[in-house]
Amino acid sequence: MTTALKISELKKVYNNNFEALKGINLEVQQGDFFGLLGPNGAGKSTTIGIITALVNKTAGQVEVFGHDIEENAMAARRCIGLVPQEFNFNQFEPVEEVVLNQAGYYGVPLKEARPRCEWALKSLGLWEKRRNMARRLSGGMKRRLMIARALIHKPKLLILDEPTAGVDIELRRSMWEFLKEVNTKGTTIILTTHYLEEAEQLCRNLAIIDQGKIIENANTKTLLNKLNKETFILDVKNNLEEAPQLSCGYPTRLIDPHCLEVEVQREQGLNPVFKELNDKGIEILSMRNKANRLEELFLDLVESSGTTL
Amino acid sequence: MSSHGQTYSIAFLTILRKEIRRFARIWIQTVFPPVITTALYFLIFGKMIGSQLAPIDGYAYIDYIVPGLIMMGVLTNSYGNVVSSFYGAKFGHYVEEMMIAPIPHSLILLGYVAGGVARGLVVGIIVTVVAAFFTDIHLHNLWVALSVMILTAIMFSLGGFINAVYANSFDDISIIPTFVLTPLTYLGGVFYSIQLLPGIWQDISMFNPILYIVNAFRYGLLGVSDIDLSIAYSIIILFIAVLYGFSLYLLKKGIGIRT
Repeated sequence: MTTALKISELKKVYNNNFEALKGINLEVQQGDFFGLLGPNGAGKSTTIGIITALVNKTAGQVEVFGHDIEENAMAARRCIGLVPQEFNFNQFEPVEEVVLNQAGYYGVPLKEARPRCEWALKSLGLWEKRRNMARRLSGGMKRRLMIARALIHKPKLLILDEPTAGVDIELRRSMWEFLKEVNTKGTTIILTTHYLEEAEQLCRNLAIIDQGKIIENANTKTLLNKLNKETFILDVKNNLEEAPQLSCGYPTRLIDPHCLEVEVQREQGLNPVFKELNDKGIEILSMRNKANRLEELFLDLVESSGTTL
Repeated sequence: MSSHGQTYSIAFLTILRKEIRRFARIWIQTVFPPVITTALYFLIFGKMIGSQLAPIDGYAYIDYIVPGLIMMGVLTNSYGNVVSSFYGAKFGHYVEEMMIAPIPHSLILLGYVAGGVARGLVVGIIVTVVAAFFTDIHLHNLWVALSVMILTAIMFSLGGFINAVYANSFDDISIIPTFVLTPLTYLGGVFYSIQLLPGIWQDISMFNPILYIVNAFRYGLLGVSDIDLSIAYSIIILFIAVLYGFSLYLLKKGIGIRT
């Protein structure tokens, strides 16, 4: 299998002596949907910045589809499409022009770029807005514009840095479907996100970066299997004054008189909880996860690595 | 053409087209003001005051200042185009669109310089047309006039690029034009011949690059110059070479762009 991205001993020390990356190693295979997760300031954007030539590395090596980003910079860049975290297009240009200019920078002739631009804008629901100034678009539309722009030269590797930040859930889900389709058609995708539900839904493999180091790198399912406990929120009909003590040993905490939190270890089931609460005359109305599973694992890993969130 | 050659020519034309569209879109801020300014110069200095002055080098005062005023339009607009466009791209982060693309740094630089040259030439032509309303336009040597105009636009586009790289705020892009370019232009022989200055001021004027530009262009239009043409060309080309090398160094190092 071809390696889409290979990072070896990558280090970055900024001018203020802040060590953003402390020698990370990472491999992403062609066709993967790969998640790069980490708390703010962990080094995700620095890593992406180095891959895309926006940040100078201090040491180490980065190869994109076998092309070294320094020795064979042009070939490496041709393979990459980037959707950055912040809006980085000319807000005073029409939407269509933003996309077509990017095609031009990659050497795509206009007669090829126009149909591609139409496909990208239609796929992302922006075709009707193509003549509007980019600054007139809503936040969600601007994010989609950056995705359309990143795809215009048919990159083999698409890097998305927090692509759904500030996007409402309905739109986010439609963007997930679009990205899944892009990935299915053969584009390797690297995603950083704060929405761990998003990473769990989309990514087949994950790396967690913290304080400039990769603290976990595995298949998403394998990672989730490492999750030792889950926390559930139970909405109860009774008016509780204190959290009931469960003889089965499950820790409980009262959030409010009608809301109870229960921590369940992986090998434990929920039946004893229901039975005991039922015996105590507590009627359960509904139940939900406190956080999604990946979020719990993420918090466990990051907290154990010493970061205060 | 090789595939690289085709890719690069498309990228270059994209930057140039984008730059031309930018200044054309805001023509009221870019192309129109020089028309008003130079019309006033011709009216006040040329017609009203100039009519009271003795001819210089055998030309009426209004004819004598035409080349300098055209070059003033060319150099300030080519400089202004690149400094505001490249700083805008830095400020809005859309310079990243080009930095991540497979475009050599030299091509990004040439694209911006070509944009600056385009605006400089457009303004130069418009100012010439405006001048034609006030006096007859002479043309002694078309090739000298054209080459000096283009070389000047290149030189000042490069200057604007360097200013944009170092600028950290919109104030920074107006400091050099206000405090350096304008005084040098006024002292660069636009409105007078340096032969009229006392000896020491003539020597000091020789350090002003705009003097060489204005005089070379004046030779192209009128056939008179305070400076030897070959020296003027050498100085202009030397400046272009130094500014180009320095601009490319800044871009390669990513100064003001990459962290």
